[in-house]
Amino acid sequence: MNGQDPIAAFRVEAGELLVGIEQALLDLTHDLESRDLVDTVFRGLHTLKGSGAMFGFDALANFTHHCETAFDRVRKGKVPATQELVAVILSAMDHMQALVDGDGSGLAAAGDDILARLHNAIGDDNEAMVAAAPGDGDGNGAVPATHGASGWRVTFYLPPDAMANGTNPLALLDEMRGLGDAKVTALTDRIPPLAELDASQCHIGWQVELRGDVTREDIEDVFIFVMDDMELDIVPLACGEEDPAISATEIAAQPVQAEAAAVGEARETSPVETGAASTADTARGRPVGTPTESVRVPAERLDVLMDRVGELVIVQSRLAQLAHGGVRGPAGELALRSVAEDIERLASELRDTMMVLRMVPVASLFGRFRRLVHDLARETGKTIELSTHGETTEVDKTVIERLADPMVHLIRNACDHGLETAEDRIAAGKPAAGQVRLSAQQAAGEVLITIRDDGRGIDRERVRAKAEAQGLIEPGQQMSDSELMQMIFHPGFSTAAQVTNLSGRGVGMDVVKRTIESLRGTIDIASNPGEGSTVTLRIPLTLAIIDGLLVRVGEGRYVIPLGAVEECIELSLEDDLRSRGRSFVTLRDRLVPFIRMRDMFETGTRPDPHQKIVVITTGGERVGLVVDQIIGSHQTVIKAMSALHRDVPAFAGATILGDGSVALILDTLQLVSVGQAQEERLLAAG
Amino acid sequence: MTASILTVDDSSSLRIAIRIALSGAGYAVTEAADGMEGLEKARSAKFDMIIADLNMPRMNGLEMIREIRKLPIQLGTPIIFLTTESDEGMKQDARQSGATGWLVKPFVPEQLLRVAAKVLSR
Amino acid sequence: MQPVELMQDILTKPASANWDDQGQLEVLTFDLGEETLAIEAIQVREILDLLPETKVPGAPMLVSSVVNFRGKIIPIADLRLAFDMPPAQVSVDSRIIVIEIEVDGEPTQIGMRTDKVHEVTTLNRNDAETPPAVGMRWRRDFIHDLVRQSGGIIVLPNLGAIFSTDPSDASS
Repeated sequence: MNGQDPIAAFRVEAGELLVGIEQALLDLTHDLESRDLVDTVFRGLHTLKGSGAMFGFDALANFTHHCETAFDRVRKGKVPATQELVAVILSAMDHMQALVDGDGSGLAAAGDDILARLHNAIGDDNEAMVAAAPGDGDGNGAVPATHGASGWRVTFYLPPDAMANGTNPLALLDEMRGLGDAKVTALTDRIPPLAELDASQCHIGWQVELRGDVTREDIEDVFIFVMDDMELDIVPLACGEEDPAISATEIAAQPVQAEAAAVGEARETSPVETGAASTADTARGRPVGTPTESVRVPAERLDVLMDRVGELVIVQSRLAQLAHGGVRGPAGELALRSVAEDIERLASELRDTMMVLRMVPVASLFGRFRRLVHDLARETGKTIELSTHGETTEVDKTVIERLADPMVHLIRNACDHGLETAEDRIAAGKPAAGQVRLSAQQAAGEVLITIRDDGRGIDRERVRAKAEAQGLIEPGQQMSDSELMQMIFHPGFSTAAQVTNLSGRGVGMDVVKRTIESLRGTIDIASNPGEGSTVTLRIPLTLAIIDGLLVRVGEGRYVIPLGAVEECIELSLEDDLRSRGRSFVTLRDRLVPFIRMRDMFETGTRPDPHQKIVVITTGGERVGLVVDQIIGSHQTVIKAMSALHRDVPAFAGATILGDGSVALILDTLQLVSVGQAQEERLLAAG
Repeated sequence: MTASILTVDDSSSLRIAIRIALSGAGYAVTEAADGMEGLEKARSAKFDMIIADLNMPRMNGLEMIREIRKLPIQLGTPIIFLTTESDEGMKQDARQSGATGWLVKPFVPEQLLRVAAKVLSR
Repeated sequence: MQPVELMQDILTKPASANWDDQGQLEVLTFDLGEETLAIEAIQVREILDLLPETKVPGAPMLVSSVVNFRGKIIPIADLRLAFDMPPAQVSVDSRIIVIEIEVDGEPTQIGMRTDKVHEVTTLNRNDAETPPAVGMRWRRDFIHDLVRQSGGIIVLPNLGAIFSTDPSDASS
């Protein structure tokens, strides 16, 4: 997380704000009367505008200002919230996101178009909106009078609660001394008798004769925060003599001028030109479109991490002492062992804490789908209700990001193919509105995500017909229900009788399945005709650490993800010789293809006399990996390979072993497909 | 001695901007992400100044200011609130809650520093 | 300019090393076989003794192994292969120079095996010659410049081209 760059932080925040606003808008479409939702939208737009202006996103601030103004009118009951208005603001969301992402160039026309629709939606004419734009309201041209006098007599009494509220009269006097030559007199005429005196209140007044090149505004500026509640009298010193007539008119003019000065101050602070321009330049200087990845972390988790690091520093100094003094005798050894144990414990705690830092609630993922379902409902003309459950379930950030695309596909499928039209549903005795339910829950190191619809369910006969037509199965071939369901994941398989605009956009269920498996997860479908379908995804909570099986092939050591390991069997020298050229073993009456890792990796070493076959399985397919030795299980911290090695097949990453050397992690999916290709070649050869 | 300033804002970008401006000018800055956290921090240490947003989750700025004003430890601590509201109503409410002054968003670092220098008594 | 060379220049991206306004370039020089090479000092992260390497089966020959560099897995490159040199014996002078360059737009640390590391020195553009389009043993696009320095020639390799994973840059 980059804690130093406000622009990057703003981009992240703006994204979150937009999601929040969008959610509220979508909720609003169901409940146009909700004041809370209107307030939420207004507050979100308001914050977005304010922060946008802070960080030089002027186009965003200006555009958002119009939307905010519209919602302010709704909030104040001047115009009603209508579906039309909500739809316009929803369409403005994407525009705002574009303004957040870029520098606003080339987007003006699109923005004007949305604003024109906005004006129509609230039945407003252009003029009223423009008049409300920032910086226009104070165009009254009131210029506070300056006085060319040689000085001023300033008399003031602060509001009684000024000191309690943090105003320091001495600071105010100091500030006036900074303006010019000041002669200060305390006015004690209002100090009450001791019995009535409240020590926390300010009873003293002051009179200051201030000489120098000072304007009235300079003096009023000193009192800017308290001026409204205080007594302030500013009178010019006329050649050192007080002129009662002038004094009287000045006093009479006082309230008006104070107001004018306040307006002047407001104008001075709102359209910030120089500062905002330089921030905007910084923003442009940054490569747009490659935002630094960041995670929001609750502060208490950082505190835990900090505690551990603190302990680590202490243990480290103990270790340094030991190293310095030398480890002598049993006592020294004991001390050393105790340090080693502490470091081991801290390392494991640090690791666990670190893992937790990467976890984010699935709410951020589910939230994205509300807009999707909303759009799908409009496009299909179906009534669809989306409900979400278990949104606080936390998953590794990387997992969340990689789940987004497959879930979009599954939800599209549910809305497009699963759910029936309202008429069909009523005819089938169901409520007119179709239900799509997303839920997440944690279970034993995994997170379960289900996508359930109450639509027509999967038509087994159509699946079978399609699979037969595609030549995936023999006509009339016997298969279990789950095997039949697995057909859906076959590449190129699609049951949509007609490819609609929504589904069938190139990616199929096979891609979904592959993505889930690349997350070391599984996907299952259950479906009852007429009742709907449920897709269940099981995903490991985190990708960064896995349990692995450490093996040796030749001189190299490799990690096989333990989750994929089915069993380990010995490959006797006899079996090895017998299976030369065939590379199949029989495992409980089934032929399992195997890969000699030594050959694949061209180690050039002789096989170990006691080779092992590690049988791995993914997606129902099995393959045996022949290794020289199984070293044991290994808690594996997955490290990414560099760009130069990313395309090397067979490896999913690397890890660092206890001795500091590197072991590569095998990509089980890749190896299984190598095994399958081998099997197909064999089958083709008869 | 360095003046210590507590800044309370739910927008981390704004907190960063404020921290950069203030720490660049030599102030020690403590951050809090909402009113509740701000109040907790104000309970546990004396600050020379507090800068607070008004519009925050969990506990809004007005409520927080009212609570902080009850704390003996923060007696007389200047509290500046950030506002984008153009109507006087908000300023009035904040002042009545015990705020010392305000700063209108958007602002540039110089404006922030000017206000800090103004309310911090040396 | 010969037409052939013109073509080569178009194909070669980035065309030149980052000479500064004064036409100077701070570099680290090192030996590879019979040749002395130089890499821009700003690209150098660290100079290490040799580390235990882990072979990556199936990886390109140029970067056939990885090492653990402070908890990061970084590839180890043998530039000899880019310049058609025979493999070298490890000596007491062998070092790894860790550089950081962009590969596919991603900042990437790479360890380069070298026979001997010399010094940080400043090269002058006036001493640089564009390598001839023909008559070279090496791939033209792998070299930015040849620089004359105290009687010898220092080769300024184009690391961007050498480590590019773009297939259109691959040796034809």
